[in-house]
Amino acid sequence: MTVPRLVEQFELGLDAPICLTWELTYACNLACVHCLSSSGRRDPRELTTAECKDVIDTLQRMQVFYVNIGGGEPTVRPDFWELVDYATAHQVGVKFSTNGIKVDAGAALRLAASDYVDVQISLDGATAEVNDAVRGAGSYATAVRAMDNLKAAGFAGFKVSVVMTRHNIGQLDQLKALADSYGAQLRLTRLRPSGRGADTWHQLHPEAGQQRQLYDWLASRGEQVLTGDSFFHLAPYGGPLPGLNLCGAGRVVCLIDPVGDVYACPFAIHEEFLAGSVRQAGGFEAVWRDSALFAELRRPAARGEGEAGGACRSCEFFDSCRGGCMAAKFFTGLPLDGPDPECVRGYGAEALKAADPVTAPRPALDHSHRSAPVPVMIGPRPGGPPGRACDENPLAGFAAAASRSR
Amino acid sequence: MSTDARGSGPAPRFDLDRAWCVDDRVAVRPEPFGALLYHFGTRRLSFLKNTTVLAVVRSLADHPSARSACAAAGVRAAALPAYERALATLAESRMIRERPVS
Repeated sequence: MTVPRLVEQFELGLDAPICLTWELTYACNLACVHCLSSSGRRDPRELTTAECKDVIDTLQRMQVFYVNIGGGEPTVRPDFWELVDYATAHQVGVKFSTNGIKVDAGAALRLAASDYVDVQISLDGATAEVNDAVRGAGSYATAVRAMDNLKAAGFAGFKVSVVMTRHNIGQLDQLKALADSYGAQLRLTRLRPSGRGADTWHQLHPEAGQQRQLYDWLASRGEQVLTGDSFFHLAPYGGPLPGLNLCGAGRVVCLIDPVGDVYACPFAIHEEFLAGSVRQAGGFEAVWRDSALFAELRRPAARGEGEAGGACRSCEFFDSCRGGCMAAKFFTGLPLDGPDPECVRGYGAEALKAADPVTAPRPALDHSHRSAPVPVMIGPRPGGPPGRACDENPLAGFAAAASRSR
Repeated sequence: MSTDARGSGPAPRFDLDRAWCVDDRVAVRPEPFGALLYHFGTRRLSFLKNTTVLAVVRSLADHPSARSACAAAGVRAAALPAYERALATLAESRMIRERPVS
C-alpha cells in the first residue's frame, strides 16, 4: 500500500479546512504595535449575528473541527457569547484569543464549565514593562486579572499566547513559569510583518542568535509548549518541532475577516490573498472549494515546492522548512518562491538587503484608532547616538493641527 | 496551522482482545487518504492513514474486541501488528477508549 505522505496530501488541500481563523470584529480596546489585522475601530459592514450563525451552520456541514476566534478583541461584540454557544451547540469547537478585557469572574466560570471552548490570553512579555511596550499601558494588568479569574474559576489548561520578539525571547523561562503558576499552557507564536506589524517587524523580530535560542528552548520542551505550528522555518536548525511543518494557507486553514471576506491566512490580509466572501452565492463552502486563488495555493509549483521550484528548491534543508512563511515573504517584499526573511541559513537576510522596502506590498486594510496613534518608532533607536538639534522638524508642533483640518 | 493540544495524564494500555469504541468527544471526518480525527476534550488532531483503519475504527463499537473489528475489515494476520500499533497510538491519545462489555 503506497500512501502519499500527509504533508503531500495537505499541500494539495482538503475538502474542508481542519480549522480556520475567524476575526469577529476589527474593534479593539488596545492598539498593539504588531497587530496582524490593524485593528481598533469596528467596521460598519461587520457580519450580523444571523450571518455569523449561517457561517457556523456551514462549518458544521463541512465538519470544520474548530474555529480560532480573534479580532480585534472578539469579546467586545455584544453577541460574542451567543455565537460561542451557537458554535459549540453545532459541533464547531471554539478557541478564542483575548486580551482579557471581558474575562471577569462570571465569564471565567462560564468558560470553565465548557469542554468545547478554549481560551488564549494574549501576553507579549513576562513583565509589564516588556508587554506594555508592545501591547499598550495597562494591558499586562488586564491579562493578569483575566488569568486570576480563570484560575479562580478552575479553568485548567487555558493558553498564555505570546508573540515572540527580540525583547521577550530572553524571558522564555519566566514566561513558562508564569503560565505554570496558573496551571496554564504556554503558547509561543511567530511575529509576522502583517497589519501594523508591517511597520514594526524590522524593529521587533528576533535576531539570528535569538532564533537559535528559541529553537533550542522549544526543542527541549517538546509538546509541553504549543507553537501554533508557526516555527517550521526554524526546522533546519536540527529537525522539525512537534506539529505540522508546512504552510497551510488555503490548503488546511484560512481566515474569515469581520466583514466576511475570506483570505488564505490570518497574516495575509491583502487583495492578493483574498479568495472571496461568505456573503457571495454559495457562501464559505463555495469560496473554499472553488476559489481560483485557493486552487493556485494548492498547486505546489506556485509555492516553489514543485520539482522545478524556486530559489529554495535546491537547498538541502528545503524538506524541513518548505520555504517558510508566505505572508512573511510577501510583506517584506520577497518573492513567494524564495527564502523566508528569517531563513536560518541567512538567505532571507541577504534577500532583504536587495528588496526595496518602499515597494513591498502594504497591508490592505487599516482599522487603527484615529485618536490614539500607534507609537511606531522611527529614526534612531533609543540609546543610539543623540540627534542633532537641527534634526528637529520645524513644523513638529503643527502636525496635529494640520492632520485634524483634513 | 495549529494542532495545539492540551496535555493529558497517563495513557491507557491498548489490548487487542478487549472491547473499544471511539471517544464520545471525537469527531471523525473521512478524507480521500483515510480520515481526520479531532478530540474536543484534548484538542488533539490525529490522522487515519488509510480507509481500512477508518473502517476498523468506525466498527470498534460493534465488535466484542478490536481483533474481531480488524478481521471483519479484512486485515490479514501479517498486517495485524501494524494495525495494533495504529490503534495503540489512538488509545494513547484518547481518541478511542476501552468499552465496558455487559
